[in-house]
Amino acid sequence: MNSRILMMEAGRVLVGTLVCALVLPFIVDVHTATLLTIYAMLALSLGFIWGFGGILCFGQAAFYGLGAYTYALAAINFNGAWAAFALAILVPAVFAGLLGALMFYGRLSDVYLAVVTLVVTLILFKFFNSTAGPTYRIGEARLGGFNGIPGFPTLTVPGDPGTYIYGAGLFYFTIALLALVYLGLRLTLLSPFGRIIVSLRENEERTELLGYDVRFYKSAAFALSGGLAGLAGCLFANWAEIVTPGLFSLGQSAEIIIWVIVGGLGTLIGPMIGAALLGYLKFVLGHQSAVDNSFIMGVLLIVVVLFLQEGLVPTVARFMKAGLRRPSSKKSRRQRRRKRAVSNAG
Amino acid sequence: MDFAVVVTVEILHSIAVLVLISSGLAVIFGMMRVINLAHGEFLTLGGYVAILGHRSGLNLYFCMLVLAPVVVGLWGLIVERLVVRWLYGRLINTMLATWGLSLAMTGAFSMIFGNTMTGIPNPLSGLTVGNYQIGGYSLFLIAAAALVMLVIYIVLKATRAGLIARGAMQRPDMAQAFGLNISHVYMTTFAAGAALSGLAGALLAPLVGLSPGSGANYIAKAFITVISGGASVVTGTIASAGLFGSISQIFTLVTSSVGGEIALLVAAVVLLRLMPVGITGRFFKGWT
Repeated sequence: MNSRILMMEAGRVLVGTLVCALVLPFIVDVHTATLLTIYAMLALSLGFIWGFGGILCFGQAAFYGLGAYTYALAAINFNGAWAAFALAILVPAVFAGLLGALMFYGRLSDVYLAVVTLVVTLILFKFFNSTAGPTYRIGEARLGGFNGIPGFPTLTVPGDPGTYIYGAGLFYFTIALLALVYLGLRLTLLSPFGRIIVSLRENEERTELLGYDVRFYKSAAFALSGGLAGLAGCLFANWAEIVTPGLFSLGQSAEIIIWVIVGGLGTLIGPMIGAALLGYLKFVLGHQSAVDNSFIMGVLLIVVVLFLQEGLVPTVARFMKAGLRRPSSKKSRRQRRRKRAVSNAG
Repeated sequence: MDFAVVVTVEILHSIAVLVLISSGLAVIFGMMRVINLAHGEFLTLGGYVAILGHRSGLNLYFCMLVLAPVVVGLWGLIVERLVVRWLYGRLINTMLATWGLSLAMTGAFSMIFGNTMTGIPNPLSGLTVGNYQIGGYSLFLIAAAALVMLVIYIVLKATRAGLIARGAMQRPDMAQAFGLNISHVYMTTFAAGAALSGLAGALLAPLVGLSPGSGANYIAKAFITVISGGASVVTGTIASAGLFGSISQIFTLVTSSVGGEIALLVAAVVLLRLMPVGITGRFFKGWT
């Protein structure tokens, strides 16, 4: 891989992150900005597997919720929150890898994939919803059923277990992680592994005929995506300081899909922008009660599927490119007019 | 002996509920290869229509058996014309658009009816079998499910409309060459599926309270029943509803109602892993 590309990409990400980190807290408060950043990471996890791997997972919320629950459970049982942090990425990744293997080695695709991921999300939702009472406990932690798990220790500054990361600190930590994840995914897409993933999206049969084990690569990409969703869930647990079964709900899964498709499928930046914009929209809509929030989300999804197939970012990018290409100086306009006159005369 | 009768009725009831909630989706998916993720909300709409009709003084059976299917069928017609018809052949896009519709309808319900539970009283009293009590309405539902399946089968197999529908689904180009208006066939099929959903939603309304989010309880079950059933509308629905209904009811009796639901979902995942084309893709090939 060219190290110059790497440096340039890293530089751009750094600038973008700094701008966001400085500007976002002025638009919305730090608390909301953190949530939007977490949403962006969640959208990124689906944007990667769907936009580049061509695998539409209807149950991304499963990995998100699993990450959050793993963090909460592990943080109560272990003393160090950072072990819980690592587990919260690892457990959803392994779970996604196994689920992916189950589906891809069974050659399931589109609708069947959708059903299985949807059903698994529902199973988790139903299970965690029904775990009220003291019989359901993992180590010290009670699962708490519908009410979820409150009051687990959150992340602390490494080396100083007394100082918690919260407020602005959590925001900067989250946005730095998001930048790292974004850069990591960029590099992954440039690597041989990433290229195989993209070729899977383009033509699975041909990739297989070239000698790649499609099933393995799909499962691995699925695991990566699941791990990222888990990371987002873990950050959410730290932000909200409570985890509830609602994280596994179908509405949550739908929301992630809407973010990605509105932002722009097949880009990494699109899903993040989609998540931040729609997350903000939800926040604004939450302050009024005239129009129901899910009504707007639903109508938005229909409109995007029907009229704005590509999503926001690719559409805007195309318009901007077209705008740049069009010569707009007086001289060139005159030249064009002359050319037209000549061609008309001819 | 009495206990065996009761258990049998319970299992049949659970199968009948699955048949009813998935029949509309099965018609739409089986015939047109379109997944309608707003199916749960179509059912809820049927339920609301029945409740509103009943409250305004109309006969309950008229509301359930006539009014709800007609209203939801018309709504399906509108949806097909406005949204679905632009997306034929693009499976994932239809799923996304109808999921959007599902969210929008849920939102609309809670704006119109408020975020509360509503319901209608159960119209039939129970029957006594030895020491046990069976719901009279359960028997009514079992009969209704059987009748719905029978009617779908007869319409598809023995009427001209069914012939046209099957032909148009199998070879659209050929049907068009014979002078059929494919677009109208699709429209009618979608509306018929929606009407079935309305009927099912209304029939189930006395059993469950309705809230704006009720659709979510139906959609997953309907979805897996149809997908696991495979391409054949009637055989597939009966086969997979029979399997899942029995599994879920047996686990409900042994463990709890949540245990039954989880067993159903796990069974669906295992079944799809073993038979990715559904039951009728593997056995009963070519049945309706």
